[in-house]
Amino acid sequence: MPMHPVRKQRLMIVLFIVVFASLAIGLMAFALRENINLFYPPSKLVNGEAPEGVNIRAGGCVVPGSVERSKTDLAVRFAITDGNAALNVQYTGILPDLFSEGEAAVVNGQLQNGVFMAEQVLAKHDENYTPVEVAEAMADASAKTGTSHQASCAGMDLSGNKTY
Amino acid sequence: MAWQWFHRLGSPKWFYEKTNAWMPWLLSISLLIIVSGSIWALGFAPLDSKQGNSYRIMYLHVPASIVAMAAYYVMAIAGAIGLIWKMKLSYMVMKVAAPIGAVLTAMALFTGAVWGKPTWGTYWVWDARLTSVLILLFLYLGVIALQEAFREQEVADKASAILSLVGTVNIPIIYKSVDWWFTLHQPASIKMTSSSIAPEMLYPLLGMITGFYILFTWALLASTRSEILQREMKTKWVKQALLEKV
Repeated sequence: MPMHPVRKQRLMIVLFIVVFASLAIGLMAFALRENINLFYPPSKLVNGEAPEGVNIRAGGCVVPGSVERSKTDLAVRFAITDGNAALNVQYTGILPDLFSEGEAAVVNGQLQNGVFMAEQVLAKHDENYTPVEVAEAMADASAKTGTSHQASCAGMDLSGNKTY
Repeated sequence: MAWQWFHRLGSPKWFYEKTNAWMPWLLSISLLIIVSGSIWALGFAPLDSKQGNSYRIMYLHVPASIVAMAAYYVMAIAGAIGLIWKMKLSYMVMKVAAPIGAVLTAMALFTGAVWGKPTWGTYWVWDARLTSVLILLFLYLGVIALQEAFREQEVADKASAILSLVGTVNIPIIYKSVDWWFTLHQPASIKMTSSSIAPEMLYPLLGMITGFYILFTWALLASTRSEILQREMKTKWVKQALLEKV
């Protein structure tokens, strides 16, 4: 049995509302796409595509072996990368527990002469959940074969696929 | 004749009588699953290699978030059916879905903040995922407010349905936000075909999600039933049904 014509018309109105609202908000999101990103990838900062001297955020994988801590205070230096370029970061303060080499971090601060002076460092954990025993077994296995499991930025999906 | 079942479904009386027997079952099964899932998740699921114990908040965070989004679709589709077929029962489902969805969204935001502090180092950032979920909460609050804003129920229902429909675009935005933009929130762990959670940690999570879905179904039906009694107060069958209970 076909639908009643009046109901069919109302169905069309409902579909119109949904499609029109989606289109409007979709265009808005497209226009604001750069501003919706929480942070800049390091390659944009290195290429000078981000403003200097204003508060911005940068995010990437902490380059293994790049973390240098001061012996006298809480100052720390490290580099973050998106696979294309590395950005040097300076920070003084307490780092979050999950901050570590080979893991992603988001830093909040200002770019000055190519160095990022961070006021806040956030750890960005990934979507993988592994029991301690399994992780240890994997680390043991990679230690035997001579490949380091932890200290790697491989698999960081930050290589600019979200920059239009 | 194809539409007959559909129109029968739209009868509040039929709905009230039909769902009567389901209610205790839905509640007891969902509580059973949630209680045993919580014991499994908190007591027996292994420690995470990076996050330690703090990852366990996901056993509340993930089900609350998923069902908060599903509840929005329930609300919007019920609103659409109400608009198209002028079905009162459908509008009632739409109305009662809003506060339930709001509670679930608030719970998702709260558990997310509690999880964010020990892992990210902050309770809140204005990234695309967190902000779009906050907008979801405001949409639910908007529907609740619209329901109270009009003297005539029919006008309130129509306005709420239109707001619900406009807001549906937010659900795919929430879902895809972590893929479309750079966010602090991590991408989805559970996908259609795969998961990046170790099986012994995943099973209690799937249990909790199922439990939350059933509990949501119970809450939705229970509040629809009380909404039916309220709106149909003056009908004969409601008076009779209430007399039988006393």
